[in-house]
Amino acid sequence: MKHHPLTPLLFLLPGCIILGTFIFYPTINAIWLSFTNYNIVDKPKYVGLENYNQLFHDSMFWYSLYHTIIYLICVVPALVILPIFLAILVNRKIKGIAFFRSVYYIPVVTSIVVVGITWDWLYKDNGLLNYILQLLNLINQPIHWLTSTSTSLIAVMLVTIWKGLGYYMVIYLAGLQSIPDELYEAAEIDGANSWKKTTRIIFPLLMPSILIVSIMSSIAAMKVFEEIYVITGGGPLHSSETLVFYIFKEAFDKLNMGYASAAGVILFLITLALSVANLKILGKENNI
Amino acid sequence: MDASKFGAPKRNNYSYGKKMKLIFKNLLVYILLILVGIVLIGPFLWLLSTALKSGSENIFKYPPDLIPNHITLSNFSKVMEAFPFWRYLFNSTVVSIFTVILNTLFCSLAAYPLARINFKGRNIVFLLIISTMIIPFQLLMIPIYILAINLGLQNTYAGMILPHITTAFGIFIIRQGMITIPFELDESAFMDGANRFQIWWRIILPLTKPSIVTLAIFTFVSSWDDFLWPLIITNDQNMYTLPLGVNMLMGTFSSDWRLISAGAIISVIPIIIVFVLLQKYFVNGLKGAIKG
Repeated sequence: MKHHPLTPLLFLLPGCIILGTFIFYPTINAIWLSFTNYNIVDKPKYVGLENYNQLFHDSMFWYSLYHTIIYLICVVPALVILPIFLAILVNRKIKGIAFFRSVYYIPVVTSIVVVGITWDWLYKDNGLLNYILQLLNLINQPIHWLTSTSTSLIAVMLVTIWKGLGYYMVIYLAGLQSIPDELYEAAEIDGANSWKKTTRIIFPLLMPSILIVSIMSSIAAMKVFEEIYVITGGGPLHSSETLVFYIFKEAFDKLNMGYASAAGVILFLITLALSVANLKILGKENNI
Repeated sequence: MDASKFGAPKRNNYSYGKKMKLIFKNLLVYILLILVGIVLIGPFLWLLSTALKSGSENIFKYPPDLIPNHITLSNFSKVMEAFPFWRYLFNSTVVSIFTVILNTLFCSLAAYPLARINFKGRNIVFLLIISTMIIPFQLLMIPIYILAINLGLQNTYAGMILPHITTAFGIFIIRQGMITIPFELDESAFMDGANRFQIWWRIILPLTKPSIVTLAIFTFVSSWDDFLWPLIITNDQNMYTLPLGVNMLMGTFSSDWRLISAGAIISVIPIIIVFVLLQKYFVNGLKGAIKG
């Protein structure tokens, strides 16, 4: 089939204009801005590596990076592992299962602002969560979830995990449903119990899905912002500020656009490194 | 072990003992399903319960009352008076609908040559497009903001819509859908004198419908729930989308949690309706997207 040489170009044109204007050009521009001093009002002034140098000595930057890494270490394993069990739980053909799957997905489609309000209310000192924890004898004193510097980050991480469970559950569900039934039957004949079935059959066959989820949830953890903006506002005393929150504040509160861009470039480099590492470590095992 | 753990039982000739075991097991499964359900939906029900409590009831009571003593809808009507819900709903609808239409259109246009025309440099173009997936929007938001200000897009619908109307994810999903269609279809249409645009519109697009629906739903949800970009590009409350409007509730009603809860509940009704109507596409679409 022949085609006019311009035909592919015409089809690609609208999309490429948008990607060019809103991704390629801004990427280059962000890198350029990271070498400048820019406050929107005056013209950008080239300062070389000054922004990076300053970032390196900025304790608030390191503090926010530290929170982001804690986020990554706590949230990613939870979002990689818990949804597997959820997916196993809902991967059965029993009455009403579609209803449960949908209910589990509701936190995913709900806007983060409403989720934030919901949890803010649960986290009150005399709120429902403290009440339930006391009822179960897990705590003696109410926890000051959002007003204490030692728990604010944990509180926001719990919300991120809670909101993400249903999303990753569906990804695993797709993976589970591509495992042929014969494998389970063969395992049963060999006398495997549920736990053995889970660890010996399901986990290895889910490796491709685990890779996807681990990349997606790491990228999401690096970029976490909304939960923090809505629930804690980064506080108390910066105890829940993450990297993107820091970038947002520098750029749009303080108008340090060049400086914030430098932090953005670092965010990008870490995200890139994480994706590559994920592919290398988990990809090797499944020859992806 | 029986097969019920991973699927419906295939045989009916269970012994009595086995049957009991199966019933017990299913009961256990339902209890687990309900417990998880409470964890995932309970927080919303608690918010709803708070929104239904009347002013005479102490919402900060400890231990809390799970169910309101007197159910009242007055908080909802009060919040509707103070909070321009319809305005925000209208803004959210305009932004989401245009984003969905343009994104699915541009992505399916761009996906077509990438899937079905053998042109020079195709792989490079595809790779370039896919590589944009790893660039975080949080890096781009500063230059896009500056660009949007210079183009006069602050506080406009266009400003909220334009950056999101072509995504690498969308092109990828639709290309995956298009690749599986047999190439004979294009060729026979070509023989009949159809041009490339007609082939795309009349033959390929209808056959790519599942991928398009998936992309449309994903785009709708992410656009409807988007918070960061509208927060940056609007400062005029008349242009606020629902998430921004709801975020204001906390400030407006400071500590009147009955009204905050009522406002939050009202704001999720539209997306819950869409979700209930299209729920099979949500779950199946995501599965399809991953498999593809």
